[in-house]
Amino acid sequence: MTGQTDTMMRKFEKVCEIIERYNNDSSKLVPILQAVQEEYRYLPEDVMYYVATSLGIPSAQVYGVATFYSHFALTPKGKYLIKVCDGTACHVKKSIPILEALMKRLKLTEDKMTTPDMLFTVETVSCLGACGLAPVLVINEEVHGLMTPESTIALLDNIIAREEAK
Amino acid sequence: MSNNDKGFVQINGQNVAIEGERNLLELIRKSGIEIPTFCYHSELSIYGACRLCLVDIEGRGLNASCSIKPEPGMKVKTATEEIREIRKISVELLLANHRVECPTCPQSSKCKLEELARKLGITEVRFKKAKLDHPVDLSSDSLVRDPNKCVLCGDCVRYCREIQSIGAIDFAHRGKHTVVTPAFNKDLAKVECVNCGQCAAVCPVGAITVKQDVDKVFAALDNPEKVVVAQIAPAVRVALGEQFGMTSGDIVTGKITAALKKMGFDKVFDTSFSADLTVMEEGTEFLERFTKGEKLPQFTSCCPAWVKFAEQYYPEILPRLSSCKSPQQMFGSLARETLPKMLNVKPENLFIVSIMPCTAKKFEAKRPEFTHENLADVDAVITTQELSRMIEASGLNFMELDPESLDLPMGFKTGAGVIFGTTGGVTEAVLRFAVEKVTGEKLNNVDFHQVRGEAGIREATLEVAGKQVRMAIAHGLKNARKLAEEVKAGKCNYDIIEVMACPGGCVGGAGQPVNFTPGTIKRRAKGLYEADKMLQLHKAQENPYIIETYEKVLDKPGSHKAHHMLHTKYQSRRRISDKGMPLMTGEGTDKLSIKVCVGTNCYLKGSQSILKALTKDIESRGLQDAVDIQATFCFEKCGQAPNVMIGDQLISKCTFDKAREALNAELKKKTS
Repeated sequence: MTGQTDTMMRKFEKVCEIIERYNNDSSKLVPILQAVQEEYRYLPEDVMYYVATSLGIPSAQVYGVATFYSHFALTPKGKYLIKVCDGTACHVKKSIPILEALMKRLKLTEDKMTTPDMLFTVETVSCLGACGLAPVLVINEEVHGLMTPESTIALLDNIIAREEAK
Repeated sequence: MSNNDKGFVQINGQNVAIEGERNLLELIRKSGIEIPTFCYHSELSIYGACRLCLVDIEGRGLNASCSIKPEPGMKVKTATEEIREIRKISVELLLANHRVECPTCPQSSKCKLEELARKLGITEVRFKKAKLDHPVDLSSDSLVRDPNKCVLCGDCVRYCREIQSIGAIDFAHRGKHTVVTPAFNKDLAKVECVNCGQCAAVCPVGAITVKQDVDKVFAALDNPEKVVVAQIAPAVRVALGEQFGMTSGDIVTGKITAALKKMGFDKVFDTSFSADLTVMEEGTEFLERFTKGEKLPQFTSCCPAWVKFAEQYYPEILPRLSSCKSPQQMFGSLARETLPKMLNVKPENLFIVSIMPCTAKKFEAKRPEFTHENLADVDAVITTQELSRMIEASGLNFMELDPESLDLPMGFKTGAGVIFGTTGGVTEAVLRFAVEKVTGEKLNNVDFHQVRGEAGIREATLEVAGKQVRMAIAHGLKNARKLAEEVKAGKCNYDIIEVMACPGGCVGGAGQPVNFTPGTIKRRAKGLYEADKMLQLHKAQENPYIIETYEKVLDKPGSHKAHHMLHTKYQSRRRISDKGMPLMTGEGTDKLSIKVCVGTNCYLKGSQSILKALTKDIESRGLQDAVDIQATFCFEKCGQAPNVMIGDQLISKCTFDKAREALNAELKKKTS
């Protein structure tokens, strides 16, 4: 409880800081939302509302921007964000079987790409610019190249085992 | 080509002079050629999305004419085979993305998509139908939003943002998932929408329509126990005729009365009567404030969209709003008080219908303060458009109806109550009362031309008995916002400010027939000024039935009884989203709620450090489960920041010690 409240307080202060850093300038909405998302790993509704109020713009406009860019997430993401590249090179090198293997192992569906325990979120991205390593996936900031469905599941099981040991 | 320096554009082979048109579309339309558009409205910014206004410019190919400046020497073709085919494809694609239910759609026969499909001769849609499964938003008392019919022209979005400065709806999502929606996909009733309905007026299809209350009225008319009475707002009489082929501004009060009587209304009265009453109350209130020099400028309060707007964005100026109810609600109060006896009917069997040019009046009638003992002061509000539908549904030939006169006493009005329906009218009506009252002399020239006009913000000063009365008039909420900001900043010294949310005032209300023919609103306003001229009386204070009403019911203007019946209170709606940001959520039952304002003022005055210290204190004493802590937005006490709410107690100019003290007291109360 204490830790949670602390985190929330710290995050909220951070939001105030971000808005201040951009001088409450509504033309900086995108970088503000990016910075906010870095704190929360998604854009909570009340925070977006707070941003709109602070910038003096309608909250419908903030919602519009937040839903336009796929970079912004409106639902919480898991601790591990797995981005499967499905750009041309990776697609040709069979990225879809990797995605399917992940979804099967984590029991995900197209509408629900985050596990109930909030450990994993799976996404596809269009190109990571690492076509030489195709097919590629990125877990949080770590890049994994030349993947197969089997090596992907092995990687995943490793993380799960590590988390369970905690 | 002539050597005229303005130059010419050749349109379909004929030269058309450029006379300051902002874009090619306007020039082409001036030449008498109709170009279809969804997303073009002369008063809104140019969007260029619908692609229906494409024309072929020699040497430049196909261009959207709304987004091109006319240049001398341009050669333009407006309807080549290629253009026709592209327009057809555009409309077919829209139809494939549109819930097609034309005969049962409220927009039927007024729908631009329907009209265009017919004009372009589209007999089949060659594209696969898209999945249309958005829920229809019925939450608002005034409007219905059906995203399945939306063509994404954005007219509503831009109107709400650019003319009304609200932005209650906007585009969300992307590509085929794009939808026009309130923030966070909320219901329209839960966001900033003030119900002015102009989004519905500009919507070319049936994606935003006015909520229909016709069935309620028909049901009451058919119920033998009910005595049904109507009040007709001033602006209705100069616009209804348009639905039956008449010119805007034609006065059809007599025909409306005849139609209502034929439908079975027992009595037909006039909202202009209660507008006269409003003049008496609002004028008296103004003179009192003016003499004392307090709560000025006095803002008018007849427009329910403006009232909600002020409640949301400017709670600090609410004390300056006239406390008078709007004429609609004054009529309701008075009717509930006097008619049961007069018409020998049980109160619950008296059914009061308003016929209004306005969609926000539907919302106003449902405000909880206007319902007493389960009886609403106004039972149903229908718009001018709904009235025309009722006339048609009743099988009446409107043009053939012989006029009938309104009923007494509440059908008798002066010109003051009639001009209420146009921008500047309320101010002028109040002046006709106030000047006479202050000078004590009979006012002979009742026309105050200085307050009339079309400009969005108008100012006028009038010398009355050696004193200057400074007035401002705004229509369109963006203009109202400008004045409210000035008042808030203490930068203006007006004495009275009139606000109407819709451009042109009530004559331009969203319940009126939709008519974008230039000059429509001006002609309707002219109709009202003419109606004023044709009446024998022009001052509310001379209305014999108003005088009688005061004698029999209300005592005198501003009396205790008048205040009880004809005045109201406003509520701050600043926290449009009443959700705070939860920072600590206890697990116990019966928790104490702690809300710390983190709005700009409170934040600057250190509310955040109070929040931090308080959280730490609660944790150190192990009280986490007994409380819920939230960071919230404005409590509307910015002058006394920082503000903290503990339980139901709002602590202004709060310090950590004050907060802790209150917290301990509240916790003690809970345990004892």
